[in-house]
Amino acid sequence: MIKMNIRKSLLAATGEIELHLDLEVMKGEFITLYGPSGAGKTSALRLLSGLMRPDSGLIEVNGRPWYSGKKNIFLAPQKRKIGFVFQDYALFPNLTIRKNLEFAQGRNKNPHTIQELIALTELENLQDRLPEDLSGGQKQRAALARALVQRPDILLLDEPLSALDSSMRVKLQDHLRTLHERFELTTILVSHDIGEIHKLSDKVVTLDHGTITGSGKPLDIFSHHKLSGKFQFTGKILDIQKQEVIYVVSILVNQEIVRVIAHENEVQEIQAGDQVLVAAKAFNPLIMKLPDTDKV
Amino acid sequence: MNWGPIILTFKLALVTTLMLFIIGIPLAYWLAFGRSRLKPVVETLVSMPLVLPPTVLGFYFLIAFSPNQAFGNWLDEWFGIRLVFSFSGLVLASMIYSLPFMVHPISSGLAGSQPSIREAAYLMGYSKRQTLFKVLLPNIRPALLTAIVLSFAHTIGEFGVVLMIGGNIPDKTKVASIAIYDEVEAMNYAGANTYSLILFLTTFTILLMVYLINGGYLKRFWK
Repeated sequence: MIKMNIRKSLLAATGEIELHLDLEVMKGEFITLYGPSGAGKTSALRLLSGLMRPDSGLIEVNGRPWYSGKKNIFLAPQKRKIGFVFQDYALFPNLTIRKNLEFAQGRNKNPHTIQELIALTELENLQDRLPEDLSGGQKQRAALARALVQRPDILLLDEPLSALDSSMRVKLQDHLRTLHERFELTTILVSHDIGEIHKLSDKVVTLDHGTITGSGKPLDIFSHHKLSGKFQFTGKILDIQKQEVIYVVSILVNQEIVRVIAHENEVQEIQAGDQVLVAAKAFNPLIMKLPDTDKV
Repeated sequence: MNWGPIILTFKLALVTTLMLFIIGIPLAYWLAFGRSRLKPVVETLVSMPLVLPPTVLGFYFLIAFSPNQAFGNWLDEWFGIRLVFSFSGLVLASMIYSLPFMVHPISSGLAGSQPSIREAAYLMGYSKRQTLFKVLLPNIRPALLTAIVLSFAHTIGEFGVVLMIGGNIPDKTKVASIAIYDEVEAMNYAGANTYSLILFLTTFTILLMVYLINGGYLKRFWK
């Protein structure tokens, strides 16, 4: 179990912020840190791993103090046995994937674990390649496998999937969940993707300007204002076209373009690039059961 | 023809480069990652030989280490070390003279390497020293090669420092660049040309090798 209550002043792009983390993570839990960039998510992982030293407070893991401002204890990152997947993967460019894994294991050689991880992350055919010859998704899998060869108790992931396309993401999310369970890990993920968070994590902690603003189950955190039953989304206007007497407005909502018909007096106030709310009123969306594909 | 000056030149360059490599790595590491307030001062000192006339360096070296001066006298009496007009003095002066050529490529190579690979190694349990030797240096091989070769080539090309503190003692301090000067003074242009041509060709070859290797031309050729 991880207990941390620490403070650290950070120099972010928006100016100096005071990061205050008061967090408890149960053994075996999968939690996600969510928040705008500059909120202190990456710093939270760096503080826990010892790559950054807190200004004050306490970090305790399984009853053992890793950091204590009062007692002046600071356990070096070398001794924390943490698996860390960096945003840029941090694979050693001069070593093949297999050698990367062997190097991470250090003196306690265990070819069995390496073999298992290579198999779990489907890297068999790539293990003798150099990182530069791998695609983003392959590098990510390699980084994940490498973070686990030492059999750490804690796995920290700093937006590892953000650079990948959506189909690759989905596949890697499955890998992540499998590995989390197989190695009985306590995992902390930094992510921006609500779908991903919902799929992977037991708990989500939201951060803003260095302060924890909420924590709970992903569904409770992200869906509270959508439970009203209203059908509304925010989007950005891409284009407004006049067709005969009406106007067709193209709006980007999430990653989809929707076309909405508007009257002349509605169009007068908006232009391309504006942020808008798209809502349907006096209108009840229909939910229809689709035919069961197995029986068709 | 007398091969003494040529051999001495290469011996000096080799010893200087080797010793510079040993002290250059920790110095470059400190310059790349250190947070001391003294850093700008040390950076300036390391770069000074780039802009200072070698004679200035030689002059102060001569003043400091001459047995007629307090410090030089102390070295001579207590340790039997005489650094002026001797090979060891030449090595020390050449090391200072070529210091930026060793330190700059290595420190910019280290500073430019991905910070995350250093941190990844720490989290795997490797100490800072192990990380330097097992992770950082193997990943900046082109910078290391550049540093070694530039220091070597630059030491071959030195003249002013050697002239000031080495004098012209055959097989001890008479390097090729001095020998050329000597031959020209004696109007022996053929002799000067031989030394010059050897230096020209060897330095050309050495530098060409670096550009071929670092530019990846050799790899492409072998593929």
